[in-house]
This record gives sequence, C-alpha cells and structure tokens, in this order.
Amino acid sequence: MPMTISEKILARHSGKSTVLPDDLIEAGIDFALGNDITAPLAIEAFRKVGASRVFDPERIALVPDHFAPNKDIASAMQCKILRDFAREWNLTHYFEVGRMGVEHALLPEQGLVLPGDVVIGADSHTCTYGALGAFATGVGSTDLAAAMITGRVWFKVPFSMKFVYRGKLGPWVGGKDLILYTIGQIGVDGARYRAMEFTGEVIDRLPMSDRFSMCNMAIEAGAKAGIIAPDPVTEEYVKGRAKRSYEFYRSDPDAAFESVHEWDVSAFEPMVALPHSPANVRPVSRIPRTVIDQVVIGSCTNGRYEDLETAAAILKGRKVAPGVRCMIIPATREIYRQALRNGLLETFVDAEAAVSTPTCGPCLGGHMGILAAGEKAVATTNRNFLGRMGHAESEIYLSNPAVAAASAVAGRIVHPDEL
Amino acid sequence: MKLKGKAWRFGDDVDTDAIIPARYLISSDPKFLAGHCMEDADPEFVKKAKAGDIIVAGKNFGCGSSREHAPVSIKAAGLSCVIAHSFARIFYRNAFNMGLLILESPDAAAAVRTGDELEVDVDRGIILNLTTGEQYHTHPVPPFMQELLRVGGLMPYVREQLSGE
Repeated sequence: MPMTISEKILARHSGKSTVLPDDLIEAGIDFALGNDITAPLAIEAFRKVGASRVFDPERIALVPDHFAPNKDIASAMQCKILRDFAREWNLTHYFEVGRMGVEHALLPEQGLVLPGDVVIGADSHTCTYGALGAFATGVGSTDLAAAMITGRVWFKVPFSMKFVYRGKLGPWVGGKDLILYTIGQIGVDGARYRAMEFTGEVIDRLPMSDRFSMCNMAIEAGAKAGIIAPDPVTEEYVKGRAKRSYEFYRSDPDAAFESVHEWDVSAFEPMVALPHSPANVRPVSRIPRTVIDQVVIGSCTNGRYEDLETAAAILKGRKVAPGVRCMIIPATREIYRQALRNGLLETFVDAEAAVSTPTCGPCLGGHMGILAAGEKAVATTNRNFLGRMGHAESEIYLSNPAVAAASAVAGRIVHPDEL
Repeated sequence: MKLKGKAWRFGDDVDTDAIIPARYLISSDPKFLAGHCMEDADPEFVKKAKAGDIIVAGKNFGCGSSREHAPVSIKAAGLSCVIAHSFARIFYRNAFNMGLLILESPDAAAAVRTGDELEVDVDRGIILNLTTGEQYHTHPVPPFMQELLRVGGLMPYVREQLSGE
C-alpha cells in the first residue's frame, strides 16, 4: 500500500507493515529530549512513579537552554534538577553552559537525531528534525517522563498535507519566508494534528539551514510534524556527524495526501509576520512604516551559521541605528566558534550589536532582551504572540535574518535592498 | 459526573503564552502558576474567576508551546474545565495527562457569553446553559479518561495501576 514518509517511519517504528491516518499506534522512539523548563516536570513525574531505569542513557538529551546561563535563583534550581538527574542516570547527552546550544540546532549538529528516526521532545519545536527526514514531534513533560522510562510513545497517525514549492527563490528570500507565507495562507490551525510535507524543486535546492527553519515552524500552523524527504543535501549534512546508523524514507508517488498546496515562489519577496500571530504575514514592502527598538537574530529558527553569515553580510561596515538594540545569538558553541574564526563576531561588535553565548532567552521573554511596554522588535524567532518577548504591550515582527539585520541598520522595518 | 460554573469567554487561538507567560516558568509550583493563569489575556482573570468556573474559547485553544504549566495553571486556579471549538494538539494531550477536563463543543463555543451559568453532564456529553436555556453537545468523556481525571492525571493513574498489580 502506498504511504507517505511519515506513515512509513511510524509503521516501521511500531512493527507494522502499514499504518493509516487516525490509527492509534505505539512506537519505539530513537531519541527524547527535554530542556530546563520542561524536564524538571518530567523528572518529578519520573521520580513520583518510582522508575528504576531509563530506557537508554545514550538516547536522552537534557539541554538547559531556556533560562540558562541561569538568570536567577529559581532558574538555577531548575537547571540543577537536570544536572543532578543526568549524573544520577549517567545520561551521555547532558549539555552544560559553555558546551550547550539551543536544543534544536544542537542535536542535529551533534548527529544525535537522524533521518528515519522517531523523536519526541518536551518542546514544541522538536518538529525541527523533520528537516532531516525524521518524524519528530513535541510532547508534554509527562509524555517525556513515560518515554524516558519505556522508550515508547503512543501516537495517532496524522493525515499528511503536501506543500509543493515551484520556481526559483529571489535574493534575500529563503526557507523562513516560505514557511511564513505558508502559515499566512493556511492559518495557525491550518495543519492542526497533521504532518506537513514540504516538497518541490525549491526544496530540492534549499540548504539544510533553511530546511530546519521551515520544519521548525510547522507547529505554528498547528502541525504534529513538518518533514522533508532526505536527499543528497541531507546526506552531505549527516555524514561525518551521525553517531549511529540512519535510514532514508520517501513518500510513495501515489501516497494519499489529505490536501496539496502548490505555489510558484519566483516573485516572492521576504515575508514579515506582524503582531500578534505568525499567520499575520505580509511581504516586507507592504509593511506600514514601523520604527523599531530591538532586533534579535538567533533562536532554533534562525540562529544557524548561515543565518549569521547573512546578517554579517548586511552589517559589515555599517552600524546598528541609534536607538536600536541588536542582539545576535549563535545557536550553538560550534556556530559561535565558526563565527569567531571567520570574523563574523568582529563584524557584529563593530556594528555595535551585542553578541551572546547560546540561549533561548529572548525568544520567549525569558532573559537577554525583554521588551518594555510600547516597544517593537524584529526577531528571527518563531512566535510573535502577545507578550511573548516581554511586556503585554510590546510588539514582535518575525522575519528572516536579512530583513532583521537590515532593519537594525535602518531603525525601521526595511527590505535589505533599501540599504 | 456533573459540573456547574460560570463561563469566562475567550476568543480563537488562545496561546500558551497567554495562558501562562514564559516569564513565570522559572517555577513548576502549581500554586505559583495558578496566580498568573490567563494573565496576558486578562490581567484580572485570576481575581475574578471562582473555583468551579469554566473557560469557554474559540478555535485552537492552547496553541504554541508544549509547556504542561499551561493546563497545570488552569487546573490549579480552580477552573473546572475548558470548553472550546477545538484544541491545539499538544495542549489536548497535556490537559488529560495533567487531569484537566477539556471538552470540544463548537455549539457552546459559538453561543456562550461571559457570565452565563453552565451545567456540564460529562457522561452524556451535554452542556446546559442555565442562563439562556440553550443546550449544546460535546462528546461524552469515556470512562478511561474520566478515571484519569478522577485520580488527577496520567502519572497518578499509572501509580494506581502499579500498586493494584
């Protein structure tokens, strides 16, 4: 029977030859993760149930990245829970400050999540790993607790939606713009409970960093997973990193999709999501004049090396506008080191941007760049919900790194070509 | 199981940042989280809502983060249930795992106003609006889910199962 890539992966992991949408299955997982917000609750649940084992100490990652480096005593206590638990159960993949990164950039980079995997994470953006051709989805802490013990999770097999991107991407337009456009078209619950499969000639040519950005934001359309069939681009990324074997799956040509959306993207310009919804999307040239107070370039969506390289190309020889604060946060230590080696960090500091060690802090209004009442920010992050980055009367505009960097220089939201 | 309480009406796409802002996630203490429930949607909500009251919302309630702190804060604030047109996927699962009753009812979501007195018959899947006399339908909560809610969520349920073995 023809199946989609998601169905094939779920069938394989539940020991079945085929699965159908809406089937309830129990699947073995390849990897599980939690962070300093979600893992403490999972660990509490783990302890309360009196568990005497973890399913595999090499297949669980704990990453203190949200309020780390610890921003106060309470967050220090939460991070300590992870540290203690990792020691107690000899978890191989506990990432301490200085060695850690933003979880969804870090785990693929370290070769810990791989094509063909089933991955669950107590973080909604776990769907990022779909870019590798894995079935990866966000769950709550209790589900993580159960999975850490048993290595298994129950799922309802999602219907799949197909998104086909045709044409050729123009300058300054990338994966972030494709996903913002897509969410703008289908809405924040347009893919609720579904798997979004991204395909087409544009995806075939898209670098991994952009593929990660797209799958990262599948949850902003309500999806259970975003997924891209692995290909030579994936192979190039994974080889040399993979810590174990992996498998490539593809949807059968006649697989059943619940719906198919097809767009020619050749005339696209960079997209911006206006407050307070990731679906409130317009091309950058159609944004009303918006003077900004802050720019954040980073996060699990757009804090990768390629994103920093784009930002540096724009900031080189320029300065952040007076009255604007620009925060740049390499998503992992490896990205930070590469940016250091190639002179990007110097470009940023010369431009009078602030460069931080990896953290999720500003994306969720945790620390490092909280907005005051009435302030406006452009961010390469994934959510612009009311109050997400600070005061309930602040505003967030989501964009790609080029628009964010150009806006930092202009002091208002601009197309990079306007500089 | 029957519930009775006053309705508090919210719109579509109420996200987890509105239910419990991330700035409070430095703690997982239910009492602390309850004090900030729905704060960015309605800063006075916690003061106004009484134990047993019911949240009624539109489409996609609980979209956004995977944080279980969201259903925890609603439950700890004393709300008896959430009725919505639809729920976001992770929130739906978390709510049951945390022992928070949630019900999908597009009829109720369309009609109920803040201040309406509701009576919910959980076994039969009927919501009665005592203020307007209207009746709305929802799926009855199956016995397994009701048991999960009775003991307070998935982990207490698992513990009860283990101790019974």
